Amino acid sequence: MDSAQHSARRRGPLTWVRGGGLTTVVFALPMIIIFGLFSVWPILRSVVMAFQETNLTGTAKWAGLDNFAWVLSDPDLPIAITNTAYFAVLALVFGFPIPLIGAVLMSEVKRLKGFYTTLAYLPAVIPPVVAVLLWRFFYDGAPTGVFNQLLGWIGLGPFPWLNDRLWAMPSLVLEATWAGAGGTVIIYLAALVGVPGELYEAAELDGAGIWRKIWHVTLPQLRGVLFITLILQLIATAQVFLEPYLFTGGGPNKATLTILLMIYNYAFGASLGSDYGAATALSMMLAAFLAVFSLIYFRLTRSWSQS
Amino acid sequence: MSATIRRAIAGLGVVALATTAAACASPTASSPSASQAPTSSAPAAPVNLTVVGLLPGATPEAQKNLANQVKLFEEANPNITVTTKEYEWKATTFAADLAGGTLPDVFEIPFTDAKTLIANGQIADMNDQLGEFPFGGAFNPNVLQYGQGPDGHAYAIPAKSVYGIGLHYNRELFTKAGLDPNKPPTTWDEVRADAKQIADKTKAAGYVQMTQSNTGGWQLTVATYARGGQMETVGADGKATATLDNPGTKAALQFLKDVRWTDNAAGSNFNLDWGTINQAFAAGQIGMYTSGQDVYTSLVQANAIKPDIYGLAMIPLEGDSAGILGGGTMAAVKAGSSDDIRKAAAKWISHWYLSRYTSEKAALAFNQQAFDDKQPVGTPELPMFSDANLEQYRTWIKPLINVPLDHMTDFTSKIGAAKILNEPPVATQDVYAALDPVVQAVFTDKNADIDALLAAANKTAQRAIDKAQR
Repeated sequence: MDSAQHSARRRGPLTWVRGGGLTTVVFALPMIIIFGLFSVWPILRSVVMAFQETNLTGTAKWAGLDNFAWVLSDPDLPIAITNTAYFAVLALVFGFPIPLIGAVLMSEVKRLKGFYTTLAYLPAVIPPVVAVLLWRFFYDGAPTGVFNQLLGWIGLGPFPWLNDRLWAMPSLVLEATWAGAGGTVIIYLAALVGVPGELYEAAELDGAGIWRKIWHVTLPQLRGVLFITLILQLIATAQVFLEPYLFTGGGPNKATLTILLMIYNYAFGASLGSDYGAATALSMMLAAFLAVFSLIYFRLTRSWSQS
Repeated sequence: MSATIRRAIAGLGVVALATTAAACASPTASSPSASQAPTSSAPAAPVNLTVVGLLPGATPEAQKNLANQVKLFEEANPNITVTTKEYEWKATTFAADLAGGTLPDVFEIPFTDAKTLIANGQIADMNDQLGEFPFGGAFNPNVLQYGQGPDGHAYAIPAKSVYGIGLHYNRELFTKAGLDPNKPPTTWDEVRADAKQIADKTKAAGYVQMTQSNTGGWQLTVATYARGGQMETVGADGKATATLDNPGTKAALQFLKDVRWTDNAAGSNFNLDWGTINQAFAAGQIGMYTSGQDVYTSLVQANAIKPDIYGLAMIPLEGDSAGILGGGTMAAVKAGSSDDIRKAAAKWISHWYLSRYTSEKAALAFNQQAFDDKQPVGTPELPMFSDANLEQYRTWIKPLINVPLDHMTDFTSKIGAAKILNEPPVATQDVYAALDPVVQAVFTDKNADIDALLAAANKTAQRAIDKAQR
């Protein structure tokens, strides 16, 4: 038997089935169907809708680029972009290092490690809406509010929290950091397990203290994970919705109006929801921006994460 | 929505509800006969009908009352099975429910949304069903017109009490502050003075308004109308123009600014919508606020307010053109519903919302049930059919009225003479949405520039109005 005959037999349908190809497809099929139905199809519909004027009940009319022009000329758009960027920066400043520090410290702890891990992950178990409603109660701007009372004991406050343009966004970030840190801590802890112990031993032999070990061993070893969590966080913060929607509705005076909230308002803000076209147009623009941003990010960081 | 429809709404404009009030005030207005029990042809086959139920968080008594009403209905209509669904109309969730098809077969909408829903083909034509009801022709035409399409057919059915906005006040806080709870304020200056006294003496918010989910704009419109302003004007060509920067709105915002920053009498929470302000009021955290006159029912059902603390007063009206913002709730059926569903829906709407106005037996049965279940009976309302009909209805149920009417006399004694005004006719919710940030700014920024804020909001509103009129 020559090699050509052998190759033809190998590629035959029967061989493919015997080789487990069909089983693979059967196992993958539910996922493909669900993903196609609930992710790909809505995305495709959104792309189409961005060029239509529709109320989802009557016949849709083609609107060309009108929806994009409408969104780009909206005076609230620059405000929403600025606010979203502000949220992302604050979330980065507070939300990125805190889980990392937490994970590194927890990995160093010898006793009650499980307890600390549980404690860190606990906020992730609380349903996000419940967490926001809880924090809304804590953020009561009256002197008798929970946070204001606690801070009052050390002579601080009372602070207006959600009722002030300057305080509102940091208040949202604080809750979001609390809610999101647990999941990231778990990722970092898992990555830390993968750091070879010999590296720490070698560092210790070289006389490195804890900070030098973290700086020269831990962080470089976590570099790949850090880059991934960073981009995931940036994408997530660009799509922040839950906190501004539930805490402030975008207020006070648009101080927490984000791009996602604007999309929601286009679609559902007026009770009869006539602007699904504008909502999907802005969604498309945001998705395109994030896709380009991610590509540039990965291109720029490829050499660092592989070195 | 087509420009024609918009112009039609604009043409009906501000006068429609005013005419309603005038018609209702007429002693000669026709009243449906008590003997005219609602009838409608029954569905041909067994029908499962989903309908809006109570507000989320309704008390067990309210839920029991609804369950009993469903039982009575199903006994009378053996081929209809009714399933109720918790429901609170919110501008920000209604569209999602509508688009997602998650609304029940019968749902409630504000008066001002009906024309747009009809133009969009989003609600079913109920004209055939309406014609079968004896009281169908007895609706006040100025109320019924809100639910009629350009073809003259009835699509949305007037369902819940037609309301004017009132000033709700906490009598207990009034007493604690050294104010007379039987003498609520009659001018905005008095509202401000009383609010300050309440805040100073009780630490509760003396006066505050809703700020979120378009309710900030809604209640600012109320305050504007009370000072003779208008949010939109309609030209001879039928085109609406935004007038958010009118003197009435400026005065209303200056009032809020003074209450908040000069008097420190507005409390510390300015994230308030219809539900949360009710909650705070029932909990004794707010001295006064403005909302629909019928909100007492919800305050009892959803917030378990103590009747003793509740008071309802007339909103101060200043200037000849001042009036009270009115509104109401209509019942609608999903577009594309089958004949049987529409027939069943008509029967349910008739039973749940309307039969009490046209039949003494139904009025007594409905309210006796509510009375037995400790639900509010006799909350003030504006007449849906005629003034005479409302009087008749209230005479029927007089022995069962359990709401503290003597705490509401300031309102009930003055509302008949007040001019009731409609909501802004074009892009109503967009206008309200543009005003929300203005109200929030005044409450949260000591240096808020009212003129600049209103100029910006006016541009936003005009943009939405222009789009709606395209």
